[in-house]
Amino acid sequence: MSAATDAPRRNPTDWRSDVMQRRIARRYASERMFKLAGLAAVLVSAGFLAFLLISMLGAGLRGFTRTEITVKIDLPATAPGLTPATVNARSLIAANLPGVVNDAADEALGPGGAALLSPGAWLTLRDAILDDPQMVTRVETLRLPASTEIDLAAKTGGSPEAEASVERLRKAGLLSTGFNSTFLTTSDGTDPTQVGIWGAFKGSLLTMVVTLLLSFPVGVATAIYLEEYARKNWLTDIIEVSINNLAAVPSIIFGLLGLSIFLNLLHLPRSAALVGGLTLALMTMPVIVIAGRNAIKAVPPSIRDAALGIGASPVQVVFQHVLPLALPGILTGTIIGMARALGETAPLLMIGMRAFIATPPGGITDPATVLPVQIFLWSDEVSRGFVEKTSAAIIVLLVFLLAMNGLAIYLRNKFEKRW
Amino acid sequence: MIGPALLLLLAGLGAIAWVSARMRAMRLQAAARASGRRDAMHSLPGYHGWYVALWTVLPAAIFLTVWANVAPGMISRSVLEEPAARTLPADEFSRAAILSEARAIATGKLAAGFQPLSQPLVEPYARITGQYDMAGMTLALLLAFAGGAYAFTRVRTDFRARTRVERIVMAALLLASLLAIVTTLGIVLSLLWESFRFFSMVNPIDFLFGTKWSPQAAAQGYGTKDAFGAVPLFWGTIFIGAIIAMAVAIPLGLMSAIYLTQYASARVRKWMKPMLEVLAGVPTVVYGYFAALTIAPALRDFAVAIGISGASSESALAAGLVMGVMIIPFVSSMADDSINSVPQSMRDGSLAMGATTSETIRRVLIPAALPGVVGGVLLAVSRAIGETMIVVMAAGLAANLTANPFASVTTVTTQIVQLLTGDQEFDSAKTLAAFALGLVLFVVTLLLNIVALRVVKAYREAYE
Repeated sequence: MSAATDAPRRNPTDWRSDVMQRRIARRYASERMFKLAGLAAVLVSAGFLAFLLISMLGAGLRGFTRTEITVKIDLPATAPGLTPATVNARSLIAANLPGVVNDAADEALGPGGAALLSPGAWLTLRDAILDDPQMVTRVETLRLPASTEIDLAAKTGGSPEAEASVERLRKAGLLSTGFNSTFLTTSDGTDPTQVGIWGAFKGSLLTMVVTLLLSFPVGVATAIYLEEYARKNWLTDIIEVSINNLAAVPSIIFGLLGLSIFLNLLHLPRSAALVGGLTLALMTMPVIVIAGRNAIKAVPPSIRDAALGIGASPVQVVFQHVLPLALPGILTGTIIGMARALGETAPLLMIGMRAFIATPPGGITDPATVLPVQIFLWSDEVSRGFVEKTSAAIIVLLVFLLAMNGLAIYLRNKFEKRW
Repeated sequence: MIGPALLLLLAGLGAIAWVSARMRAMRLQAAARASGRRDAMHSLPGYHGWYVALWTVLPAAIFLTVWANVAPGMISRSVLEEPAARTLPADEFSRAAILSEARAIATGKLAAGFQPLSQPLVEPYARITGQYDMAGMTLALLLAFAGGAYAFTRVRTDFRARTRVERIVMAALLLASLLAIVTTLGIVLSLLWESFRFFSMVNPIDFLFGTKWSPQAAAQGYGTKDAFGAVPLFWGTIFIGAIIAMAVAIPLGLMSAIYLTQYASARVRKWMKPMLEVLAGVPTVVYGYFAALTIAPALRDFAVAIGISGASSESALAAGLVMGVMIIPFVSSMADDSINSVPQSMRDGSLAMGATTSETIRRVLIPAALPGVVGGVLLAVSRAIGETMIVVMAAGLAANLTANPFASVTTVTTQIVQLLTGDQEFDSAKTLAAFALGLVLFVVTLLLNIVALRVVKAYREAYE
């Protein structure tokens, strides 16, 4: 009784008073501001992503097309040695096709016409002849790739002289735009009209195969051991600490490891897919181990108990019951780890994969380059023609990464089980 | 030389061993069953198959691995004892060069030698290599047959094949998990060893506290005293990774997490969360290209327009901004986790007292989730300072000690790439400096991670 009377008597707050109404309005306003700030943060992040993708697409899609100039080529007159029966790769080298193309271009486009064509224009002629040997007996009009200057001037605008030439060609109806198949079939080069990503793509593929073959079995085995069999002792603790640390080590450190161990100590071949794959496997393994452990942990103990109860050995329990149930989770983690490895550049620069390599690798010990490194190399090129090629290569890389991540999400949604 | 043919042969032998042992075990099983003892067989036939197959393949494979490492040395020694090798020069170095050339010609890697002395050695080399190959192959096959035969005789009804096979499986699992330790040791030892060599040339104090970084001058012989002061690098790394990038990533990441967990409808969340995760999946080389091509020139023009001196097209700001964007999903998912693990009762209590949602978030959820958020930010910093491609492509190479975000600074990772990708001998202080920088980077990221994980763990335990 006394406590109630001692407390100061207070009038109940009048929520309808002006002061209180203003205060509530202020609080609601700040609530709205806060919510808007949150929305703005999300939109800014998403907007940045959209901006990045659109600017890459804008520049990159141009990299998949090329400007072509229609040129009339009189093969019987300019390369008299060729007959349909003798056409093969060697006789075409002897026929001096670059000279044939240059003469034809000068004749068709006026003096200096040869300079309007790509230095590799004769390759198009060669492939056309190899496809159809009868061509050497007639006069043929071909659409040959234009030089970088003309290509740029036709697409986005270039030097005044090049633009004038484009204008002239366009008036004559000789200019057209075609799909740049070279980009998908050739390797690195010095002329932007001739470069392609096939070599880098093949290098990436080989590197990824090595990475997967090494990191997947080792990662899964480690996850099984740690999650199912390891006793709690100092060795297990060291293994766990190592794996957690490896997952957080900056990727460039793995490059230093690859350089000093694989190259300088073991003398494995420089810039080979083998060394790249080994280095990336060390980087990917912790990712697979951590994903694998989570997937194995998610399998309910009742499954193990039931299997043990009907007489399975501990190894049989894991390999016949737990592992099949955990596999979708492990695969999801593996795909995400592989996607990360596919986009990785820095460690591969350390082991010499930034060399200029103009032929696709034949095996895992040949010098190779990979897609992200190719992007890095092209981004350093001075010639403006490389800008769209770089963006186009980025599009190819992003398509692969998105496909891999999409596959991982699909697997997770399809096979994810709630026990 | 172990040809793929030999490995295929070995695999084939293993398969034959598996099939025949399994068939024998099945016959034994059938016989035991026929005599009415259903439980007479200890192991399933498949395990007997695996047991014999492993005995066939493993000893031979181990032998071949050892042989492949030992044989080249033995071959060289035998070649040196040949009469053709009498004329070789005495000093070790040219001897080794001639020998390796002869080996390359003998194995067909080289068409012709540059040194006349290697030519007479080619024939003995090829002959002796052939002999050793023959010997190795015979021994391996003998081992395979002996192992297989020994194991095959042990296939009986009461033989515990499963136990043996499972023991090998367990050993393989343990070996695989030891690889993580080996990798960690490899990193630590290689970094320590190369850094040790570097610090025998350069005083560690000069390296850690010096303010002048010009390894090119050291390579050109101006002495190492003032060339390897790494403070500008450390400053550049902190400036880009811990200050500018975090100034972008913390507000955006935290507010995104708050909006997505507290305000957004389930449908918006379902679309926006993966979208943020895509930001984390974009390769860093793409960010770097974007920063260098689009952001950096725009920022330089902006800086020139508002009259800031020293504006460079390779600015700290461009690299930092883009790196911050890359880190957003990282911060937001850590913040998401910590906000979600604040007990619902605290949120309900605050709302029941009449607080608005934003007041609940600011006064209750964030203070409660703060340790988790801080841990996440530390992890984000450790990732940002180890990030390489963005800074290599956008931040430049000039080791400036400046706080002007529009100027060019350089970072530890940029310099590692720069030092190691030129053409130079491996023993110079210049290349070894990269390993010393790597060691510093490794230690700092490791410490950040340990501290961050401690903080996050202690915080989780507080609410569980």
